[in-house]
Amino acid sequence: MVSAVPDMFNELFSYPFVVKALIVGTLVALCAALLGVSLVLKRYSMIGDGLSHVGFGTLAIAMSLDLAPLEVSIPLVLAAAFLLLRLSENSKIKGDAAIAVISSSALATGVIIISMTTGMNADVCNYMFGTILAMKDSDLYLSVGVSVVVLILYAIFYNKIFTVTFDEGFAKATGTKTAIYNILIAFLTALVIVIGMRMMGAMLISALIIFPPLSAMRFFKSFKSVVICSAVLSVVCFFIGIVFSFQLNTPAGASVVVINLMAFLLFSVLSYIKKKV
Amino acid sequence: MSAILTCSHVSMKYDTAHAVRNVSFEVNDGDYLCIVGENGSGKSTLMKVLLGLLKPAGGKVAFHGFKQIQIGYLPQQTPIQQDFPASVFEVVLSGCLSRHPFPFYTRKDRQMAKDNLTRLGADGFMRKSYRDLSGGQQQRVLLARALCATEKLLLLDEPVTGLDPVMANGLCQLLDTLNKQGLTIIMISHDINSAVKYGNKILHMQTKPLFYGATSDYLKSEIGMRMIGGERGA
Repeated sequence: MVSAVPDMFNELFSYPFVVKALIVGTLVALCAALLGVSLVLKRYSMIGDGLSHVGFGTLAIAMSLDLAPLEVSIPLVLAAAFLLLRLSENSKIKGDAAIAVISSSALATGVIIISMTTGMNADVCNYMFGTILAMKDSDLYLSVGVSVVVLILYAIFYNKIFTVTFDEGFAKATGTKTAIYNILIAFLTALVIVIGMRMMGAMLISALIIFPPLSAMRFFKSFKSVVICSAVLSVVCFFIGIVFSFQLNTPAGASVVVINLMAFLLFSVLSYIKKKV
Repeated sequence: MSAILTCSHVSMKYDTAHAVRNVSFEVNDGDYLCIVGENGSGKSTLMKVLLGLLKPAGGKVAFHGFKQIQIGYLPQQTPIQQDFPASVFEVVLSGCLSRHPFPFYTRKDRQMAKDNLTRLGADGFMRKSYRDLSGGQQQRVLLARALCATEKLLLLDEPVTGLDPVMANGLCQLLDTLNKQGLTIIMISHDINSAVKYGNKILHMQTKPLFYGATSDYLKSEIGMRMIGGERGA
């Protein structure tokens, strides 16, 4: 029994696809959690959800045309991020309704394209709910590259991101180009979603953006502690979820989401107890 | 006395209707200008023009001796901020970002944030979370942030709205002290009584200016007497 845990990890790491999935997943979980803090606080969570549906549509297009999925998805989802941001900032149209319209339209288009070309096969199921088997070497390099860019930009502009998130009016009045930072956040989110989507699934990736910040906010009271807790929690939940999925043979993306849900409930209970005491 | 801000013939339109029509005024070093008027009278639009958030359709705003982005702005609170996890120190420090082109804080910035909290008697809750403070304490924190962003001019958008009378009075006295220490203040306000009590100049607008001048003249003017009389009668 004592040796059972090391044995399990030895077995886990002996599969190259698991190691690749762990590297990409850890980076995606980290980036998603960092960006998620701003998205949740700015009430932009729906953008993450919308982008993942658009991502599914672009995967369907790539598959039907037999093109590389990431190379098709990245420019299209970036364009969608720009559009969704404009919609949610425009108070004349109901932003959340517009996002819902776009995301369901993208999903519907994707489903029609798939049914007209390859049909509803196992690949489609993988796109919707994720698979850790999907990681090719080229995906790995691209994912690592993009994640590093996200982390560096986040570190450089951390203070600006704080002020734009907390008070856009003040930030703008004191000379911060808020529009650029909003676009930066939306674009980085789009990149993280596209990269994480293959593993987590188009239907589940937005949980990685929304859950860790929500859990962290239950308990922590400064922006920095929320950001750090959210990042750590996201990586830990991802890792537990993958181990869980490997041991019990459950789908990886869904397992990670369920672990995130459990963490959220745990943090909620803890914050409730803390308030009572 | 030298002018630090001149606003000449500023107009602003939304679609076809004028929100602000032909407003001119001048702010001198050390002034306390109160901009009063009803809801929808164009006060907030005028303020956005002063801050550079909107471009005026006509006229010009000129700053003398400092830049537009060096205005210390105290905005109205947004719903997002009510449950925002941020420490008081993080919020105040963010006022220093406009002082230099690089997006990092220096030791001087940290000292300045601390000093400004102390100046407002708010250093006691420096480590607290912004969302756990009362409305009056939150306003002090945002005021400390505005002080970090400026050395000359504070622009306040209805700072006492939503505060109970005791807190509102405390904030007004704090602003009065800052003004006496040499800071120029422009305040947008509903509250005519405190506007005439603390301000040395009044701009009363209803899209176009109805009165602009010294507070003592406002009290003698027909509109001023009607407003003050109306407030007392109510």
